[in-house]
Amino acid sequence: MTTQDQAVQSYAPGEHPDLPAPMLTSGPLFWIKENLFSSWLNVVLTVLTMLLLWAVIPPLLSWAFVDSVFTAADRNECRELGSGACWAFISERFTFFIYAFYPAGERWRVNLAFILMILALVPLLYDKTPYRKYGLIYACFFPVLAYWLLLGGFGLKEVETHTFGGVMLNLVIGVTGIACSLPIGILLALGRQSNMPVVRMLCVVFIEFFRGVPLITILFVASTMLSYFLPPGSEFDLLLRVLIMVTLFSAAYMAEVVRGGLQAIPKGQYEASDSMGLKYWQSMRLIVLPQALKISIPGIVNTFIGLFKDTTLVLIIGLLDLLGLGRSALADSKWNGLSTEIYMSVAIFFFICCFGMSRYSLYLERKLETGHAR
Amino acid sequence: MAAVETSESAVKSSIDTASEPIIRMTGVHKWYGQFHVLKNINLNVQPRERIVICGPSGSGKSTMIRCINRLEEHQQGEIVVDGVEMTGNLKNIEAVRSEVGMVFQHFNLFPHMSILDNCTYGPIWVRHMPKKEAEDRAMHYLERVRIPEQANKFPGQLSGGQQQRVAIARSLCMDPKIMLFDEPTSALDPEMIKEVLETMVELAETGMTMLCVTHEMGFARTVADRVIFMDFGQIIEENEPNEFFSNAQNERTQLFLSQILH
Ligand SMILES: Nc1ncnc2c1ncn2[C@@H]1O[C@H](COP(=O)(O)OP(=O)(O)OP(=O)(O)O)[C@@H](O)[C@H]1O
Ligand SMILES: [Mg+2]
Repeated sequence: MTTQDQAVQSYAPGEHPDLPAPMLTSGPLFWIKENLFSSWLNVVLTVLTMLLLWAVIPPLLSWAFVDSVFTAADRNECRELGSGACWAFISERFTFFIYAFYPAGERWRVNLAFILMILALVPLLYDKTPYRKYGLIYACFFPVLAYWLLLGGFGLKEVETHTFGGVMLNLVIGVTGIACSLPIGILLALGRQSNMPVVRMLCVVFIEFFRGVPLITILFVASTMLSYFLPPGSEFDLLLRVLIMVTLFSAAYMAEVVRGGLQAIPKGQYEASDSMGLKYWQSMRLIVLPQALKISIPGIVNTFIGLFKDTTLVLIIGLLDLLGLGRSALADSKWNGLSTEIYMSVAIFFFICCFGMSRYSLYLERKLETGHAR
Repeated sequence: MAAVETSESAVKSSIDTASEPIIRMTGVHKWYGQFHVLKNINLNVQPRERIVICGPSGSGKSTMIRCINRLEEHQQGEIVVDGVEMTGNLKNIEAVRSEVGMVFQHFNLFPHMSILDNCTYGPIWVRHMPKKEAEDRAMHYLERVRIPEQANKFPGQLSGGQQQRVAIARSLCMDPKIMLFDEPTSALDPEMIKEVLETMVELAETGMTMLCVTHEMGFARTVADRVIFMDFGQIIEENEPNEFFSNAQNERTQLFLSQILH
């Protein structure tokens, strides 16, 4: 039957039989042909990739899972039990890597703060949360709650910040930095566009200063030089100084990212909101920032990820974050020579956190898509 | 435009020329840097009056009507809108802006809000109107511009003509005393021009005070009480439409009209 015959043949409405789809225009085989073997170059690339994966993945899997040892008393026992990774070391140090020197009897407070943080994040990040309004109000109070839980006072045993370390320290610095740098960055970006020269100049000086100096230098300043400027005898917590410096540093980057978004907003948007009589802050909040921030999401999340990874730099000034604890654990003679396992675990922790942020930003971008912007 | 022709007599309602003008511009000058854009503009607009402003490109039409709600600042002279003089006083500017609606050439809808939200946010945030009431009002005006069924879409999903009608509805939701139009149809295809002009004619019939920068001479003829011709930043000629089109005095005007009317 030729195609012409088919065209001529007609059926009453609804009578047309369901024909099978033509071979190889759908289904997994078709996908593979279209995407992996569509041209000679593609075939070569596919084969090379397969070979590479074949060379890397099976040995890695057998090292990490098949030949690995999860419980052992020390390195020598590990070696006897299996030729692969010695995760026993990590599992022995696991709680230490998370809580570091936080008093053992008070660790439930860290756990509670963590759970409360998740509860605060859900309504912030997911707009279909039931009772979201109350969730957001709660999220505003969460910092106070976390401060009280982690540091104590008002009925709880006081804990000094120099006991903070490990994953907990990374999270405290990372979350505080992220939560504070965005609003400060937005204010700086708006200030840089202000038509009040003094405000504009202050913002430019601030941004250029913090962008022009390496974070490590700023951390050194936080750990040493600040005490010269502070009145003698005044005690100013090291962690607090680090928090402030990390926040200001990323706020400067954030300001530039947001400024990029602000500049992408057509002038007509400002004019339309001005011509309705909206006040400056109203038109920023309702019209300009929602659009500018949406454009800047990739850059903002990029800055967040950078900030989170930079929390490991506090190692330089003697704070022991996860990476710092890992490095110091290498000195343990009972477990010597296990640096791969340690660094691998640290890498996995950071990768999970950063990959999560990256995925969330994609989700957000897709959700905020409203068709063509004009 | 049969509908437009029949309504002509009804549209040209009586304007109380004796009453206080709602817009008074006296001796207004404006410069962009060293460039003298507006030169000694004198213009009084009565309540319910409908004015069409035309003139060659770059003659300062947009600048003039943007001075009325102070999207542009003038440096000399006096502009009084609804009894409030336009100075640097932010309170006054905001008060006047909330009484003066503006429709732009490129619509300037807010792309991140639905059509309904575009129409309600002004009343809610500037007039402090309850959400429910603002939505009812928005639906009322969306019906008047004949696109209530689009209320939940986003501006990016509408055609140009529909977007411009939403922009008109959005301004009307603020219950303005004056409407300014800056070439509302010049970014549109002919078919859409017609639907927007019809909306504007209907608006004119309600007795709204309107200032329109437009080159739609058919609209000027049927709706305008007065046509103003600008060139070189000055008002060169003004007259009621019949006189203006058939009997222009100034040769610049004659030249312009001969070009635009073919
Ligand atoms: N922000 C600005 N800075 C400097 N010059 C400007 C600015 N805006 C407009 N001009 C100039 O002022 C003059 C008048 O501009 P305006 O936009 O008012 O003209 P128009 O009559 O509306 O023209 P068109 O019909 O093309 O819209 C033009 O010569 C323009 O180049
Ligand atoms: Mg113009």
